[in-house]
Amino acid sequence: MERADPAPVATSITAVPVTSGRDWSEPIAFLLMVAALVIAPVYVYPLFVMQALCFALFACAFNLLIGYGGLLSFGHALYFGWASYLAAHAAKVWGFPPELAILTGTLTAAGLGLIAGSLAIRRQGIYFAMITLALAQMMYFFALQAKFTGGEDGIQAVPRGTLFGLVDLNDPMNMYVTVLAIFLAGFLLIHRIIHSPFGEVLKAIRENESRAISLGYKTERYKLVAFVLSAALAGVAGSTKAIVLQIASLTDVNWPMSGEVVLMALVGGLGTVFGPVVGAFIIIAMQTYLAQVGQWVTVIQGAIFVLWITVTHCPTCAR
Amino acid sequence: MVDIFGIPSTALFGQLLIGLINGSFYALLSLGLAVIFGMLNIINFTHGAQYMMGAFAAFLLLQYTGLGYWLALIVAPILVGIVGMIIERTMLQWLYKLDHLYGLLLTFGLALIIEGLARNYYGSAGLPYQMPEALVGGYDLGFMRLPIYRAWVIAASLMVCLATWFVIERTKLGSYLRAATENPTLVSAFGIDVPRMITLTYGFGVGLAAFAGVMAAPIYNVSPQMGSELIIVVFAVVVIGGMGSILGAVVTGFGLGVIEGLTKVFFPEASNTVIFVIMAIVLLVRPAGLFGRRP
Repeated sequence: MERADPAPVATSITAVPVTSGRDWSEPIAFLLMVAALVIAPVYVYPLFVMQALCFALFACAFNLLIGYGGLLSFGHALYFGWASYLAAHAAKVWGFPPELAILTGTLTAAGLGLIAGSLAIRRQGIYFAMITLALAQMMYFFALQAKFTGGEDGIQAVPRGTLFGLVDLNDPMNMYVTVLAIFLAGFLLIHRIIHSPFGEVLKAIRENESRAISLGYKTERYKLVAFVLSAALAGVAGSTKAIVLQIASLTDVNWPMSGEVVLMALVGGLGTVFGPVVGAFIIIAMQTYLAQVGQWVTVIQGAIFVLWITVTHCPTCAR
Repeated sequence: MVDIFGIPSTALFGQLLIGLINGSFYALLSLGLAVIFGMLNIINFTHGAQYMMGAFAAFLLLQYTGLGYWLALIVAPILVGIVGMIIERTMLQWLYKLDHLYGLLLTFGLALIIEGLARNYYGSAGLPYQMPEALVGGYDLGFMRLPIYRAWVIAASLMVCLATWFVIERTKLGSYLRAATENPTLVSAFGIDVPRMITLTYGFGVGLAAFAGVMAAPIYNVSPQMGSELIIVVFAVVVIGGMGSILGAVVTGFGLGVIEGLTKVFFPEASNTVIFVIMAIVLLVRPAGLFGRRP
């Protein structure tokens, strides 16, 4: 029942117009975002902003893969959640300072990304998504059974510690500044990757892989590097989350989390620089403030997926 | 009591039986996915939710209309299939020409909605569903006890799988279907209503999932999340088998169920993950899948 050739793909899932010349809108938007994040804790509960920043970095990392590489990973919770476990374990049991705990988590995610990525890129499109999902589910079961993850309880009461032996992260202000710095560093790194020659090749592969191959690019290698980068950055986000919220749990490695990050990137706009950040804030706000309506949050999230696709792609709604 | 590899034979055959039961659900669900993917070019993430809807439909039919298991086995798939066809007409049909990922995301959203609604109204705890009178009890085979219901599930799903294979590979209707999969434009030029055929195919694939759901209801409890974890395993089954052949889907489904059952005997810790590990190995050795035609 399989087609001999894949159906003609009329539109890539992330068609972004190519702009040329010096465009000042991005630097200005960036400065506005930084300004907003600096004054945010005055008006909003800082813990909420910190949590949202972690997810924003997670969504940006995911977006690097789908938005610029055209690869839909449906298992990004794997890197986020396992990094969060390892960071929490390193900080709590091994007594690592926060910077080393985050590094531990990040390296874990990068290693897992290397393994999962090299398996997943052996198939394309829909199979790629299914493979990443299945591998993430496998590691979810490992997390469920492994002793050190604490099973259903997770790793609780993770110490925040002292950054570089100087900054006490138990102080909310210090923690906030640290999270903001990590987020901005990750954000700028992703921006740098996208605009580097590597990023350009990645976009070329997204648009037309066969042509990229015929031009002599080893596309598999590019895809793998993008996958590992994305996993590692998701790991930074997950590790930071473990330190900020002082908990690593099964929620972070389970499949709904993988769906949630897709949703964040989707809501904000796939393949845009600021979109995933906005999307993450919207989704986390929705979860925080709609928590009392319980399961309706899932229904609303599902409805957003359905609406996004039907509204943007039915022929009667002119584009 | 006979021991095989140091394991009591009753335990071994018991797990083998459970493996075959799981295998029949894998086979039915991956068959439905393959049929739908062939015609619609969409990976139906809602499949797990539709399996759950089948079980719920059986439960509700019994609750409110008193319709028993045997009628539910026919009525529930038809009802869920009709819901599926409405989904296809209103949403999916616009996506066929687009990237496959749109279909995946849309059906994922639908799965979230259906599961969320079910959990809202029925909670996360499972609801029990009575086994039909005629299938209670078991045969004593000497080396093990064979519960009648479990034997029935295996036999029924084998029959349904073979019937599906027969219809698609050996009948006129099936030949239209296969032709439309290869070249829909040409088939519609011969005066066949391809869009209607696609709708019916989707309804049929969804019906298969619901049928599996009804059969699962007396074994497992009827619960909102029964489909979502199963569907991820079925995705792995599909990656292993490839969606190229119907018999391939059936053989892979049953085979993996049995392997999973055996793992439960010899290495219980790995029983949840063995299918995913096999998937990883298959990807390394045969990236196209066991029965796949292209990488």
